[in-house]
Amino acid sequence: MQRQRDPDDRGWEHFEHGADVGIRGFGPTLDTAFEQAALALVATVTDPDSVRPTVAVHLTCEAPNLDILLVDWLNILLYEMATRHMLFGAFSVRIRGNRLDATAHGEPVDLARHDPTVEVKGATFTALRVTDEDGRWIAQCVVDV
Amino acid sequence: MSIMTTSSIKPIRRSGHTWEIPRQGDMRVPAVFFATAELVEAMDDKVFEQAANVATLPGIVRASFAMPDAHWGYGFPIGGVAAFDPEQGGVISMGGVGFDISCGVRTLLTGVTADDILAYQKKLADALMRHIPAGLGSTGAITLDPVEMDAMLAGGARWAVARGWGEAADLERTEERGCMADARSDFVSAKAKERQKREMGTLGSGNHYLEVQRVAEVFEPDAANAFGLRVGDAVVTIHCGSRGLGHQIGTEALRDMVASADRYGIRVPDRELACAPVDSEAGARYLGAMRAAINCALANRQIITQLTREVFASVLPNARLDLLYDVSHNTCKVEKHEIDGRRRRLYVHRKGATRAFGPGHPDLPEALRATGQPVLIGGTMGTASYVLHGTAEGMDKAFGSACHGAGRALSRRAAGKRWSGRRIVDELAAEGILVRSHSSRGIAEEAPGAYKDVAAVVDAADAAGLTRKVARLKPLICIKG
Repeated sequence: MQRQRDPDDRGWEHFEHGADVGIRGFGPTLDTAFEQAALALVATVTDPDSVRPTVAVHLTCEAPNLDILLVDWLNILLYEMATRHMLFGAFSVRIRGNRLDATAHGEPVDLARHDPTVEVKGATFTALRVTDEDGRWIAQCVVDV
Repeated sequence: MSIMTTSSIKPIRRSGHTWEIPRQGDMRVPAVFFATAELVEAMDDKVFEQAANVATLPGIVRASFAMPDAHWGYGFPIGGVAAFDPEQGGVISMGGVGFDISCGVRTLLTGVTADDILAYQKKLADALMRHIPAGLGSTGAITLDPVEMDAMLAGGARWAVARGWGEAADLERTEERGCMADARSDFVSAKAKERQKREMGTLGSGNHYLEVQRVAEVFEPDAANAFGLRVGDAVVTIHCGSRGLGHQIGTEALRDMVASADRYGIRVPDRELACAPVDSEAGARYLGAMRAAINCALANRQIITQLTREVFASVLPNARLDLLYDVSHNTCKVEKHEIDGRRRRLYVHRKGATRAFGPGHPDLPEALRATGQPVLIGGTMGTASYVLHGTAEGMDKAFGSACHGAGRALSRRAAGKRWSGRRIVDELAAEGILVRSHSSRGIAEEAPGAYKDVAAVVDAADAAGLTRKVARLKPLICIKG
């Protein structure tokens, strides 16, 4: 699962970083770029389409700026997936100022169906960027696996 | 991202296997690389930039060092070593330790030969796979309540042995005698403890593994004898770290230090180099939590050791698993080193680098002191791992430090596209190596071909004088995290 894109130009992709993986989400709004970045994060572990949305988890975070908000968002997801022994496969994000409110949908890890590869250790500040490029938002960073 | 413009700068050769980026711009010291021309040529330019960036940090002593397996990391290169003097404004940096705090390797002797193993190879592989939790989301049989969590974070492997996971003799053969002093469980967040409470005694995923190996070659018979290694012997090697607790501490420390670097007026060329003065409150908090994570890693490897002994007791009752040594390769430790004739107390960061104390070092157990510290280098599941020993020359050259592994040649993404996990398992089985894993995609990403040649890395460390080769180990069984 390396890249997904849909007609309104929302999507995600992975980019190269030496030993690890860069994740990038993009879309017409900041919210969609963060949702897509979350899908890119999950896609380092499993195919997000294999995750059934049976459980909804509400999450919030706040940061001094949008860059750090992205790192915090991804790290909250890693924490919740680790402690709940879940994988998420769908996200709905709402960002107002530097505060993020989100719902993550997913299910408990099923080793046979999800064939998860690696645990992601953390989102990093490497290649970290949240930008609006002529109406197309990009949210990206490298994650340590 | 970086204010340095060193990305186009390549190190120049100073002598046989020593290369240098001379001090320039904001660099306080040079950046020194130990490698062959081929390894330097193969390094990403980002490694040179990162090593030069580390050289700008306050209080750095002598040089920013890079080991032969150096590759592009976060802030510090992986394979980076740097020491800081608190008397000169020295700092502590999360980037110099990494997310998997105290990730490391331990090797156990078995008292049986590879031929003894071969008769039970499949049974042993299956039993190890069943008994040792591995892979994403795996949890152990142990759940720590808050009191035991704090006891584990304070006591490390010593705590594990006191609870019945191992023997007192194991502690002698573990760095810090199995317990990192001055760990502060009260500086470890509730979230980090929550992540760990069911993860004790688990391998984790990614490049973590447990291997049963055959001693394929001995290079220095006296040292091999002192380490108890003979050609044809079977050994067990475990590679894992501080699990979710270490990842969470690293995540939180990076966030805190990005803020605190500004507060302490430290100008860093890369946010990932965020750091705090050793003597500051932020520095003390990270040090205390990081040391607790070291204890978590030591306890984790100790519990896995005991689980491994249980498997061997049921499959090969003649085996006796004695610990050769346990090394960590993502740490910051306080050590005394002689600089220009004066002994100084330094905070030595090793990020993807192994401590390699030379002969006579007082921290080594008596049985190993004359030889020097065992340095355990993990290879790949298809090639080889190595046992080396530290040298007096390495103490002088790089604070007693060496490489830690082969280093990736291909990204996980590229490896996942190129190889099929199932085919790799079949190919290695044909070579006599049994691989067991919960994830076929994980095996593809860890394909032997995705790594650099570990022999070239080890030979470079040897030629640079950092270490001496003792033995080469070939895998027989690999339980992949």
